[in-house]
Amino acid sequence: MSKMIATRDAYGETLAELGAENKNVVALDADLSGSTKTGVFAKKFPERFFNMGIAEANMVGTAAGLAAVGKIPFLSTFAIFAAGRAWEQIRQSTAYPKANVKIVATHGGVTVGEDGGSHQSVEDIAIMRAIPNMTVIVPADGVETRGAIRAAAAMKGPVYVRLGRNKVPTIFPDDHRFEIGKGVEMVAGSDMTFVTTGLMTAQAMAAAESLKKDGISARVVHIGTIKPLDREIVLKAARETGAIVTAEEHSVIGGLGGAVSELLGENCPTPVKRIGINDRFGTSGKAEELLKYFGLTPEALVDAAKEILTRK
Amino acid sequence: MKEQIANLEEKARQLRISIVRALHSSQSGHTGGSLSAIDMVTALYFHKMRHNPADPAWEGRDRFVLSKGHAAPALYAALADAGYFPKEDMMMLRRLGSHLQGHPDSKGTPGVEVCTGSLGQGLSMANGMALGLKADGKDNRVYAILGDGELQEGQVWEAAMAAAHYKLDNLCAMVDANNLQIDGEVEKVMNVAPITDKFSAFGWHVLDIDGHDMEAIVNALDAAETVKGKPTVIVARTVKGKGVSFFENKASYHGVPPSDEELPKALKCLGCTED
Repeated sequence: MSKMIATRDAYGETLAELGAENKNVVALDADLSGSTKTGVFAKKFPERFFNMGIAEANMVGTAAGLAAVGKIPFLSTFAIFAAGRAWEQIRQSTAYPKANVKIVATHGGVTVGEDGGSHQSVEDIAIMRAIPNMTVIVPADGVETRGAIRAAAAMKGPVYVRLGRNKVPTIFPDDHRFEIGKGVEMVAGSDMTFVTTGLMTAQAMAAAESLKKDGISARVVHIGTIKPLDREIVLKAARETGAIVTAEEHSVIGGLGGAVSELLGENCPTPVKRIGINDRFGTSGKAEELLKYFGLTPEALVDAAKEILTRK
Repeated sequence: MKEQIANLEEKARQLRISIVRALHSSQSGHTGGSLSAIDMVTALYFHKMRHNPADPAWEGRDRFVLSKGHAAPALYAALADAGYFPKEDMMMLRRLGSHLQGHPDSKGTPGVEVCTGSLGQGLSMANGMALGLKADGKDNRVYAILGDGELQEGQVWEAAMAAAHYKLDNLCAMVDANNLQIDGEVEKVMNVAPITDKFSAFGWHVLDIDGHDMEAIVNALDAAETVKGKPTVIVARTVKGKGVSFFENKASYHGVPPSDEELPKALKCLGCTED
């Protein structure tokens, strides 16, 4: 069994490392530093950590101001409050001026669990992706998260990174080099392709393994950067395998499934099935139960693969 | 001092002319709120702030945020006059391809620090600047101008709370209290009074002045610099459309430029007799 680590934990550690490497790195939080793990940074660099209280709109604007005087601000809160509550502030104060603000939103998707639908962001990828100048990253594991956070710090401009609450299996080797805008073929295959992001990539890898028993060769392409989308790797998969199943812990509207469908519809019409949250809100429950409840499991992906093959 | 004040008053008159001409040229934009804010903008750019038009990114500069971004013509007039870009650019206000966007855009206009215009967000950005400069032990000051109608935005009060919490004494906010917003008088649309008491309660040092009395503006800005341990807000009582008699105190001129017929009359009011 691969090492289990929550992407938010990998973030906390990496942010603290960045703080030691660059004194211009600052962090902001809205009363959730223990949960988002900016608290690790706060402990080491209290003079560069700004708790903004439960006031996300002001936190985003403040981060934009800090960026305007040369700081590299990382701001964190739950995805629903970052992307949701402060969407227009993110648009006006960070994306429009191309401010060098890094929005690292934790607790994305339904695996937030018991807190329920009010706290489970299933729309954030879609609404962040719609904003010009915005880079949107959804890492699959701790290794990729470390690379993504470092890449976000290194690039100039606004970035939205979506992380999860719970421990997820490590699927990348320690020496994996994350590159913004580059998808990764995780499993080779020729009959169909799973195009996945976040924790669904591990689920797709398990599904691909299981499909082998039925003689189905499934490719798995992980999309760590939703925007800019790696068009080539998706188009190649569509041309070579002729059937695509997307999977994400997010609404089927506007996220990865939306991005892939837009790309293929215009450039390489291919049967696509989108696996995700089917235009509904989340609900309370344990994370594992919720993944089952919403059909975000290897079993559901196996069924989707078999279905899409009938449409080839 | 008297001469200095007279010079600033004259500068403000010239900038009012520039604003009126630009708005007439674009046939679009916010006349009333630009004219109510221009005396403060003039005092900032031609008296108080350290800045270098030849080097807009100079690290030693003070920062200015026009939170009420619709008064962009006032900011542009000051920047053009100071030499950040050619004065002729003013006649390209709001046109396709012009760097003088309808609301301030830091990407294109030299001297504009941040993007504003969606109300309620500028004070937060000013806070961030003040916080960052303070963290670096720098003595640059940060100024922001807000509208009184803008104070209806909840984010302003989140920012007001944070500025006091972080003791941002390098920050000075100014409220252009012209008592008019698009739908009418501020107190009738959504009363924000008492503005001074609200900021006091949030932990700010508060000054209440006539926003068209240049000496009062200069004195308030100088006084704000001496306040330690808390941010200062200058509540400036102003007249929307100030300087052009038939624009004054009319909500209807919030977003309406001078017509061809009104232009010469407006310029006459401002003591300008050419065209």
